[in-house]
Amino acid sequence: MAEKIKINIDGIALEIEKGTTILDAAKSVNVKIPSLCYHEDLCVAGNCRVCVVEVEGRKNLVASCAAPAEDGMVVKTTTPKVRSARTDIISLLVSEHNTQCTTCYRSTNCELQSLASEYNVDSERYLSVLKPNIKVDKSSYSIEKDDSKCVRCQRCVRTCAELQHVNAITVAHKGKDMKISTFMDLPMNDVVCVNCGQCVTHCPTGALTERRYYHEIWDAIGDPDKHVVINTAPSVRVALGEMLGFPVGTRVTGKMVTALKKIGFNSVLDTDFTADLTIIEEGHEFLDRVTRALKNGEKVALPMITSCSPGWVKFIEHMYPEHLDHLSTCKSPQQMFGALTKTFYAEKMGIDPSKIVSVAAMPCAAKKFEANRPEMKSSGYQDVDAGLTTREIGHMIKQSGLDFVNLPDSKFDSYMGESSGAAVIFGATGGVMEAALRTVYEVVTGREVPFKNLAITPVRGLEGIKEATIKLEKVLPAYSFLEGVEVKVAIAHGLKNARTIMDQIKDGKSPYHFIEIMACPGGCIGGGGQPIPTNDEIRKKRIAAIYAEDEGMPIRKSHEVPEIKKIYESYLIKPLGHKSHELLHTHYKKRNRY
Amino acid sequence: MPEIKELVKGLADKYGRARESLMPILQGVVLENNFVSDIAMTEIARELDIATAEVYGTATFYSFLDTEPRGKFVIRVCKTITCDMHGKKRVIEKIEDLLKIKMGETTQDKKFTLLTTNCLGWCHQGPVMLVNSTPYPSLDENKVTEIIMEYMSK
Ligand code: SF4
Ligand code: SF4
Ligand code: SF4
Ligand code: FES
Ligand code: FES
Repeated sequence: MAEKIKINIDGIALEIEKGTTILDAAKSVNVKIPSLCYHEDLCVAGNCRVCVVEVEGRKNLVASCAAPAEDGMVVKTTTPKVRSARTDIISLLVSEHNTQCTTCYRSTNCELQSLASEYNVDSERYLSVLKPNIKVDKSSYSIEKDDSKCVRCQRCVRTCAELQHVNAITVAHKGKDMKISTFMDLPMNDVVCVNCGQCVTHCPTGALTERRYYHEIWDAIGDPDKHVVINTAPSVRVALGEMLGFPVGTRVTGKMVTALKKIGFNSVLDTDFTADLTIIEEGHEFLDRVTRALKNGEKVALPMITSCSPGWVKFIEHMYPEHLDHLSTCKSPQQMFGALTKTFYAEKMGIDPSKIVSVAAMPCAAKKFEANRPEMKSSGYQDVDAGLTTREIGHMIKQSGLDFVNLPDSKFDSYMGESSGAAVIFGATGGVMEAALRTVYEVVTGREVPFKNLAITPVRGLEGIKEATIKLEKVLPAYSFLEGVEVKVAIAHGLKNARTIMDQIKDGKSPYHFIEIMACPGGCIGGGGQPIPTNDEIRKKRIAAIYAEDEGMPIRKSHEVPEIKKIYESYLIKPLGHKSHELLHTHYKKRNRY
Repeated sequence: MPEIKELVKGLADKYGRARESLMPILQGVVLENNFVSDIAMTEIARELDIATAEVYGTATFYSFLDTEPRGKFVIRVCKTITCDMHGKKRVIEKIEDLLKIKMGETTQDKKFTLLTTNCLGWCHQGPVMLVNSTPYPSLDENKVTEIIMEYMSK
C-alpha cells in the first residue's frame, strides 16, 4: 500500500498517493490546470511551463506536471501571478508561431489555439519572431511536417522513441535554433520512419499532420464518369462519432454508412469483408506452415506474424529484414479490398475497372504509404487510390453539412459489404488473433473455441504483450498430427513491444507459434489517423465499443459469412489458391536500418 | 569511405558500444576529422545500434561537435559580452583580413575555419580565442596577427 499524503489545492483538501504529481492530483478533484508538453502516454518533459502553479512558501512558480505533491502542500492554480506567467508563456509561444488558424488543418482541435483563446492573448504584446521561409515537408505519403507551427514540446520525439522505438525524429540544435528534425534534416520520406502517425496524434498543434487526399476524392465524387467506392475499417465506426458530436465510445456504423452514401460515394462497402477474408487466408497459411513443420518436418518460419498493420510491416522491413519470412504473406484487408474492387467487384457490377476510384477509410496514416507501395497493383491498376484517415472522413462529413447526429442508420452495400463480428474486432489489439483462433480452432477440431460467448478474453486488453495457450484436443482426422498440441500465441501493440517480440525471435528464443502485432498502442482504435486526442481512457472506451459491436453481429466467425463462402465458390476457388496468390498475397522488401 | 568506417569501429572498440559511448566516439571523430560527416554519423549509429537521428540530435546540440566540414585549424573567437566589450570585433576583423574569409567560412586550402563561440571562462583576460583546443587570451590586433602567422607556417 503506497504511502498517503495530504495536500490542499485551491481550498480543496485531498489525500493522495505519495509520488502523484500536482497536475494529476488536481485532475482527481476536477481542477483543470492547463498543459502543453504533458501527455498521459509519455514521460514528463516539463519544458513548456504552461502548467505552472503557486505553492505556498515557495518563491518560484512550480511546473505542476513535473512536481510531485508533498505532504502539507498548499497549491493555488489561478492566482494573478500564475495567470500572468501563463499569459506570458502562451504569448511567447504565439510570437514564434505561424498563427494561420483560418487555414490550419488542426483549427478547433489545437491545444495552442485553445490556450491562446482561453488566455485571450493580445497580439500586440510581443513582436512576431517567426522564422522566415520555413518550408512544409510534404515528401512522405503519410506525414506532413510544418515546423512553423511547432511549439517544440517534443511530444512527437518522445512518442517516436518511447512508444514506437523508431526515433525517426529528434531534437536538433539548441536554444533559439532548436528544432524537431530528422537525421540531417532529410525529407520525411527519406528517413527510417514507419508512417504510423503516432507523432501526429500526439502533436498538440498543426505541426505534424497526415497528408490529406480527400480533396481529390471530392473531385472524383463530382466526376460523373467515375465510380467511387469506399470501404470502412472496423475501428473507424467506433471513433468517428467523436468528431461529430457523440461521446467517446459511441458506435456510429449505420450513420456513417448513411453519411457516406449521402456524400455521393457510389458504393459504401465494408473493410470487414476482407478482414474476414484475411482470417480465411491467414488461418490457412498458419495451418499450412504448422502442417509442413510438424507433419512433414520441413523447415518453416514459425512463429508466423500478422501483416495487416502497414506501420508494423515497414518497421520489420527496416529493423529486422533478416526475419521477413515470419510475416504472413497476406496483404492487409485494405489492400485485399483494393485488389478485389478492381477485379471481382468490377466484374460482378459490370463496371470498367479503369473508371473505379477505390477509397479506404482508415484509422491509420501508414495505410496511405501502403496504398502507394509499387507492388500493390495486382488488379492491373493502383489497387487503392487513396487511404483517408478517420479525421479526413470526419472533415468530409462536416463539409457536407449533414446533421450527423440525427441521421438514420443504413446498411453497407454489396458485393463485399457482409462480414462477421470476428472482423470488427480487428480494430482492437488482440482482435486479429481472436478472430483467427475462432476459425482455426473450428477448422481443426470441428468445434467452437472453448470460450464463453466466443470471447477469448486472455488476448483482450491494453497490456503491452499478451499471451495465451490453446490446447488442441479431439481434432478432426485430417489434423491428427495436431492432437494434444498446445498452440502458443502472443499479441503485441505499439512498436516498442514489437521490438521485444522480435528480439526473442532474433535470439531463437520465441516460444510462440502465432503472433499478432499492431504498430499503434491499443491497435487500430488508437491508430495514427484516429480523432485527437487519444489516451488510455479513450482507447478503453473505443475497445469496449468494438467488442459490443462484435456481440451485436448475427455472425461471429469469419468462415460463416455467406458472401465469403460465395467468393470462394465462384471466384477464389480455395484459400491459398492460384487467384488468392495473385490478388491477396504479397512480398516484402529489405529496407535500410540506419 | 573505408577510413571512416575503420575510425568509428576503432573508437567503438575502445569506448564500448553502449549508448553512453556516443559522446566520446563523436569527440574522437572530431579530433581526427575536425567534423562529423553524415557518413560518420551513420557509421556511429550502426556500431551502437541506435537511430541516426539520435546521433544527429546529440551532435548538433554541442557547438564543438561540428557537423559541417572544418579546416585543419578551427578558430573560435569568444562573442560573449566581456570579450565583446574588450574589442572582439577588431580581433575578428583582423583575422578576416589575414585569412581572406568571412566569419563562418573556411579557407580555400581547408586550413582555417573562423567561428565565434560563447563565453570560454577567460573573461578576465578577454578578448580570447581558441585555435582547436588551445586558448589565446588578451588579444589585440598585433598579437592575433602573430598567432595566425605562426599557424599559417605550420
Ligand atoms: S497549429 Fe493551432 S494555433 Fe497554429 S495555426 Fe494551427 S490551429 Fe492555429
Ligand atoms: S510516423 Fe511514426 S515512425 Fe514516423 S516519425 Fe511519426 S511516430 Fe515516428
Ligand atoms: S511537431 Fe508537434 S509534437 Fe513535435 S515538438 Fe512540434 S508541436 Fe510538439
Ligand atoms: S505541461 Fe508542464 S511543463 Fe509543459
Ligand atoms: S566573455 Fe569571453 S571568455 Fe567570458
